[in-house]
Amino acid sequence: MFSEFQTIPAWVALTAHSILGLSMLLAGYRIWKGPSIPDRIVALDLLAALIMGHVALSVAHSRFVSYLDVATAIAVITFLATVAFARYLENKDAPL
Amino acid sequence: MTILASILILAGALFSLIAALGIVRMPDLYCRMHAATKAGAFGLSLILIGICFLVPEPRVIIQSLLIVAFFYLTTPIAGQMIGRAAIIRGIPFWKR
Repeated sequence: MFSEFQTIPAWVALTAHSILGLSMLLAGYRIWKGPSIPDRIVALDLLAALIMGHVALSVAHSRFVSYLDVATAIAVITFLATVAFARYLENKDAPL
Repeated sequence: MTILASILILAGALFSLIAALGIVRMPDLYCRMHAATKAGAFGLSLILIGICFLVPEPRVIIQSLLIVAFFYLTTPIAGQMIGRAAIIRGIPFWKR
């Protein structure tokens, strides 16, 4: 796990984390403001993708390869949650 | 290798920012879904491919490509189900 590989420069990691954090703020604005429930679900899906980006980026500048397992788990859980929300919303009598 | 990985990671972060901007600025649920699914998946896959170039170990490469393949397989399914649920519930289309 601690084999010698290069890491990215610090300013690249800082810039990429900052851009991803700004994107998370924008997605959070849509979750807060979204006029309908499917808007919030789409924004939540994008937010999970951004969290996966953060985790993958922390593989790059720390040396723990095991963070990729976290990204895999988040991908599976996000897909299941989105499908479950969509199947719930297909019922027209479902309370919001 | 480090320079190529840095370029790929920064490009992925910028594509994620484009996805978040689209999810804030687009006028309609369906346009927002278009922006979030495509640009978000592309940004995440760029970050993961950059990590493949940075850490050339078999486990990292296999797992990163596995995450990318899973994400590209599941994102259209989730988007289609959210869109169908939105049409069933009668979310209005964008009229200019």
